Amino acid sequence: MKAMVQLTVNGQQHRIDVPPMKRLLDVLREDLHLTGTKEGCGEGECGACAVLIDGELVNSCLIPALQINGARICTIEGVSTEGGLHSIQQCFLENGGAQCGICTPGMILATHHLLDKRPTPTLEEIQEGLAGNLCRCTGYMRIFEAVQKAAEARDAL
Amino acid sequence: MAEHDNIVGTSPLRKEGRAKVLGQAKYIDDLSLPGMWHGATVRSVVARGRIRAIHFAPEIDWSEFAIVRASDIPGENTIVHLTKDHPCLAAHEVNHPEEPILLIAHREKAALLSGVGGVRIEYDELPGVFTIEESEKAVANNDVERIVWEGSDYGGTANCFKQYVLHSGEASETEDGLAAAFASADYIVEGEYHTGAQEQLYIEPNGVIAECEKDKQGNVISVCVQGSMQCPYYLVHALTLIFNLPEEKCRVIQTETGGAFGGKEDFPSVIGSHAALLAMKCGHPVKMVYDRAEDMAATTKRHPSRTRHRTAVSKDGKLLGCEIEVALDGGAYATLSPVVLSRATIHAPGAYKWHFVRVRAKAMATNLPPHGAFRGFGAPQSLFALERHMDKIALVVGLAPEELRRRNFLATGDRTATGQLLTEPVDMQHLLTRALEESDYHAKLARFAEDNRGSAIKRGMGIATFMHGSGFTGSGERRLNSLVQVELLPDGRPQILVSSTEFGQGTNTILCQVAAQTLQIPYEQVVIAQPDTQIVPNSGPTVASRTAMIVGKLVERASTQLLETLRVDGGLPLNHTAEQFEQAAVAYLDKHRSLRCSVRYEPVRPVDWNDELFHGDAYPAYAWAVYVAEVAVDMNTYTASVTRFDALQEVGRIMHPVLAKGQIEGGVAQAIGYALYEKCVWKDGRMMNNQMTNYIMPTSADLPEIHVHFEEVPCVHGPSGAKGIGELPMDGPAPAILNAIENATGLSFHSIPLLPEDIFERVSGFTEPEHGGSSELDPDRLGEFLPEVNA
Repeated sequence: MKAMVQLTVNGQQHRIDVPPMKRLLDVLREDLHLTGTKEGCGEGECGACAVLIDGELVNSCLIPALQINGARICTIEGVSTEGGLHSIQQCFLENGGAQCGICTPGMILATHHLLDKRPTPTLEEIQEGLAGNLCRCTGYMRIFEAVQKAAEARDAL
Repeated sequence: MAEHDNIVGTSPLRKEGRAKVLGQAKYIDDLSLPGMWHGATVRSVVARGRIRAIHFAPEIDWSEFAIVRASDIPGENTIVHLTKDHPCLAAHEVNHPEEPILLIAHREKAALLSGVGGVRIEYDELPGVFTIEESEKAVANNDVERIVWEGSDYGGTANCFKQYVLHSGEASETEDGLAAAFASADYIVEGEYHTGAQEQLYIEPNGVIAECEKDKQGNVISVCVQGSMQCPYYLVHALTLIFNLPEEKCRVIQTETGGAFGGKEDFPSVIGSHAALLAMKCGHPVKMVYDRAEDMAATTKRHPSRTRHRTAVSKDGKLLGCEIEVALDGGAYATLSPVVLSRATIHAPGAYKWHFVRVRAKAMATNLPPHGAFRGFGAPQSLFALERHMDKIALVVGLAPEELRRRNFLATGDRTATGQLLTEPVDMQHLLTRALEESDYHAKLARFAEDNRGSAIKRGMGIATFMHGSGFTGSGERRLNSLVQVELLPDGRPQILVSSTEFGQGTNTILCQVAAQTLQIPYEQVVIAQPDTQIVPNSGPTVASRTAMIVGKLVERASTQLLETLRVDGGLPLNHTAEQFEQAAVAYLDKHRSLRCSVRYEPVRPVDWNDELFHGDAYPAYAWAVYVAEVAVDMNTYTASVTRFDALQEVGRIMHPVLAKGQIEGGVAQAIGYALYEKCVWKDGRMMNNQMTNYIMPTSADLPEIHVHFEEVPCVHGPSGAKGIGELPMDGPAPAILNAIENATGLSFHSIPLLPEDIFERVSGFTEPEHGGSSELDPDRLGEFLPEVNA
């Protein structure tokens, strides 16, 4: 059984015919070939598959396709600007926020979400805001610094 | 040009960083080949037994599947490491839960779940051993039914993969010296310490894609495996035996690797061989990517350990002699256990000057999935024991923990326990002084002692002082005989050719820094090749904190050679510009078509190491460190947390400050997990909590501020004076944290992981203090540790 699902991903509209329980993660990776969204655990623990659905941070491995009908989704591929890296991406790059890089797309979307809600977050708010995204490489310290720098960059705009 | 003299020591952008932050970096699961099938593994559900029968569910159309059994393997049925005891697929018997028995592949990934579920295997179960103690008991009782491993061509005896004895001097003299030391000692301090298994928990699970080429008769003529891994040539070696092919017919390519930490050192030989066998069988490329549950249940972890210390000490706190016994649980097959054991043995006496040392070490077989490499590689286990034991000795002698250490530190000109003369500067006294200052240790000790009275939150400070050897042990680097090349690309840019892999630590970046500085050109102008064994030479495995120091030095030498060639034969002037370099390179290529400079490993100084006696120059160089943990233990919830961490180390010249800090912070975070969060729950050899939901690693909300401090003392062995850095931060945090918990609560714990329930049980008196526990809870103080409602 398949269902027709209409969704907007990174500003582009798609109509896809998929099994209704197919995970959004697989829809993005397999049907739309957006492989920047990663699978780390498949049970909503690690945040590697995090995307924004209508502005909310969500683990795409937990979302069935049917539930995203009509939704606006932003993945890592939609974060960068035409001019190049988004300031969050630039700050992750400059401050050592990405090591192996597998958690980075989810981490950047979580940062995006955090800074939308809290433009000048305290360290504690950053820690809380990223607590759903596991990173095994950095010990998070460089990521916190990247987020703080990104907040400052945003502030300067 | 002067501006390129200082590339090493600055923080240029990570080479592959842009692709990573854009989400464009391609990991193995992001790749797909035309006509590709998907593979899965049918695994043992028992810990030990003989395979009696295999049944295939009749409702499944098996003609759609490719199925590989042990009998399909064209070469040897072995995953070779140091020996060949480890089968690629179990043929007649299984020795651990999750042992691979059959492989299946299907064009649709979705079909695999029912395929794996449709195979039922009958076993005649055999008794297993699941702990070091059970394995030892079987040997002691000559219980042949429970001898689960018989020995191999690499050595080993029943249930024991390897044993070492380390003496600080000639054996009989050392034994006499120990006897005299214990006879004359003012104190003899004994202790027993345990560490648990730890999952590497890289966020990208193990995965590969394999292709196989056959001739008209159906014989395999070549295989190619790409995937997530640390050591492409290890997999080449494994494939040559599985397929009975020469090395040049077994091609391995490392793709972007989403974390490894040792967990992708030896294991890719297993999954890589499996996928290649399925590709052979089905005639299509085959992708195998484990899901998290399979990765956690079936792949390697850090070896659990038990370490016993017996120490002779004088009343002024001089360490006169020690007898240390280290035992590791190696799991069902030898894999890398003998090498892990070797590092555990050499690090067991730590950063101290002992008069006499004897270490006996062994790796025991059990019916758990084989344990393997994990950052630190044996050293975290034996240094946990030693650094907890040092605090115990301090308590017995009546010295402050830092003072006991101060009186016994190794220093320049001393000999280590293996008899290695420390010719390069070592200043642990200064490191200790500075670390205590940076962490405000003494002031906090005093303040916490005051504040803890009457508070349910007990705060404390703890230290660990230690070292980590850089590079392979002893003659290991000589045996590896690593080869590194630097060549010119057609556009005149230099390209580094190494099999050393990037998996987050910064290999790509630091090696390009070394080449750029040596060639006196901008960092951006240097290229590093993707590790593809058809293109890159074998520069050794990416392990053992060897890449910066050993491979970096080779890149430096190869770059020097290339530069000299261009000066002599390319018209490259002195003090050249980037453009002049490019022009000279292109001119040289016009004349000679190519330029590739190769260098082989040469020790900077002669290495005097005796494998038999375990004596001599154990490592080319050591990194030295003093770590300070500040903890808070909530006696209402029994939760211990680290509230601040200071990590001071001397790792030679810092090549890239941002990456170096990231290495230390990441290692400390993993080690905080090792100490306080990460527990593998085993039942009959099977990991029961093989999910991120119930195997808990630290999140961003769990970690304290980690303050990283460096002392820079250039080392002759590495490029621009660098030493190894990657593993060091895994060694010190766990003992520093448990020392701090003892300082905070008066409770002495000797096992990690230490979870709230362990603290609760001790405080409630449900459990006896562990073996070696010295400071039992004073009954008069019990009220302090009980929840307020009961107090």
